[in-house]
Amino acid sequence: MNTLKYQSQAVAKPYFIFAMILFVGQILFGLLMGMQYVVGDFLGGLIPFNVARMVHTNLLIVWLLFGFMGAAYYMIPEESETELYSPKLAIALFWIFAAAGVLTILGYLLVPYSTLADITFNELWPTMGREFLEQPTITKIGIVVVALGFLFNIGMTILKGRKTAINMVMMTGLIGLAVFFLFSFYNPTNLALDKYFWWFVVHLWVEGVWELIMGAILAYILIKVTGVDREVIEKWLYVIIAMALISGILGTGHHFYWLMVPEYWQWVGSIFSALEPLPFFAMVLYAFNMVNRRRREHPNKAATLWALGTAVMAFLGAGVWGFLHTLSFVNYYTHGTQITAAHGHMAFYGAYAMIVMTIISYAMPKLRGIGEANCNKAQVVEMWGFWLMTVAMVFITLFLTGAGILQVWLQRIPESGEALSFMATQDKLEIFYWLREIAGVFFLLGLISYLTSFFITEKKTA
Amino acid sequence: MSESFTKGMARNIYYGGSVFFFLIFLALTFHTVKEMPKRDNRENITEAVANGKHLWEKNNCIGCHTLIGEGAYFAPELMNVYNRRGGEAGFKPFLNGWMNAQPLNIPGRRQMPQFNLTDQEIDDLAEFLKWTSELDTNNWPPNIEG
Repeated sequence: MNTLKYQSQAVAKPYFIFAMILFVGQILFGLLMGMQYVVGDFLGGLIPFNVARMVHTNLLIVWLLFGFMGAAYYMIPEESETELYSPKLAIALFWIFAAAGVLTILGYLLVPYSTLADITFNELWPTMGREFLEQPTITKIGIVVVALGFLFNIGMTILKGRKTAINMVMMTGLIGLAVFFLFSFYNPTNLALDKYFWWFVVHLWVEGVWELIMGAILAYILIKVTGVDREVIEKWLYVIIAMALISGILGTGHHFYWLMVPEYWQWVGSIFSALEPLPFFAMVLYAFNMVNRRRREHPNKAATLWALGTAVMAFLGAGVWGFLHTLSFVNYYTHGTQITAAHGHMAFYGAYAMIVMTIISYAMPKLRGIGEANCNKAQVVEMWGFWLMTVAMVFITLFLTGAGILQVWLQRIPESGEALSFMATQDKLEIFYWLREIAGVFFLLGLISYLTSFFITEKKTA
Repeated sequence: MSESFTKGMARNIYYGGSVFFFLIFLALTFHTVKEMPKRDNRENITEAVANGKHLWEKNNCIGCHTLIGEGAYFAPELMNVYNRRGGEAGFKPFLNGWMNAQPLNIPGRRQMPQFNLTDQEIDDLAEFLKWTSELDTNNWPPNIEG
């Protein structure tokens, strides 16, 4: 059965499937690192912690990028009311990006990082060895090429078709993503400059342009599943992303507190980042409001659950847990502790992993020719996946927060001489790390349940 | 949301607000970069310090450690390790001994890999970490433990 409005939307399917495969890898390496937190030498000779972490974070970034691209390929033709400019280009870029991603991860796993730096000619233009930007320079160039081809493809689609607020916001977000990534090529010898501009990629992605992408996807889904008037939903979208950028751009200052910069960043960063929860709170109000005012009963209950869930979890993870340690006098003690890890986990899951699963949940039944929605049984299993993963992530965050508070208490607050050393403190946090690892296993069970739902089909009654 | 507040108004706030605050961000960045030399002691970035930073990156030290609080949270903060582990008199011999002793192979303890650095490379790394210990980071970290 063909259930797509525009046939070229089908190119989104491999992007979504590959994103899910990488997601599984991310979680397995997360569990490995969780073990290394409690049994320090667990597989340490085979996969050192730094390698596992690089794989864990890079897989996350890459699967989210696959998810965003899949979302764009799915949404933009429908929003523009025209076929994608070039489905062939989209498929070619899929294979290029997938190959580059797999080779890079294999490079991390199979050779020492310094060897990887040598064989990819890092000396010629050193960009490696910085958190989240560990990819060889050649991979970074590949990412830029893929991004340019992708932007060209969807840009041309929008140009020849209808220009809605949703596809303009999505396009702005994706262009911003590509533009700010260019700062990853700037790696000056002076660490002060290096660190300052490193945040132009990291912060302006996750607390800037990615929020536009999230907002656009959420607006698209809400229009589809609630049938509420586009004018209303797009108005909310503009208000939310206006708040996101107005608070988030100068909110970058909360990363500058302890860099080699003037003190005024303490004020600028504290004030503007204290406003950063607002757009996420508005997103919760808006998602629930729109679902309550729905004009149709969409059969895909799971997609609606994901849409509401991502708004709530993004507010808790990015908004509340971000605010907890964003004021400079608090951050002075919490900076670089497990509090940061707690916030990072729930924010990334709530805002970005969940928004990608929202669009996948909505689009996959159509891409697979099943129809508007999966059968009830598949949806129930998918919702089990939703709840297991989401509740597990809440517990992971709470345990890491507990660890972080104790760490601050033992290692950061006392004076020099009385404070416990880093390693001695870590020993005291062991119980929290064990509990986090157990919660991580539940997360994996949730992920398995979620993935299983794709294979459940209704029995044909003869 | 009220009917009199239209989508067009919301759009204008979005575009206007974003551009306005981005321009302020650029202006502050311009000023910050101009002020940075007072705090980063760039005159002390010798060839050894530069090579030390390069080695720091090439061996993915940030994958376990933090540097000024940024990185992984698996192993100790290193921006001030120079002061914590011997300073002027003792840091270089300490670091050389430490790097060569890895992996410690203590059962159950977090394991640092052996990076096979030469004595010269370890010295450069030490110079880099000495330089980081002198940065003006607005008084961070709160104590010597980092």
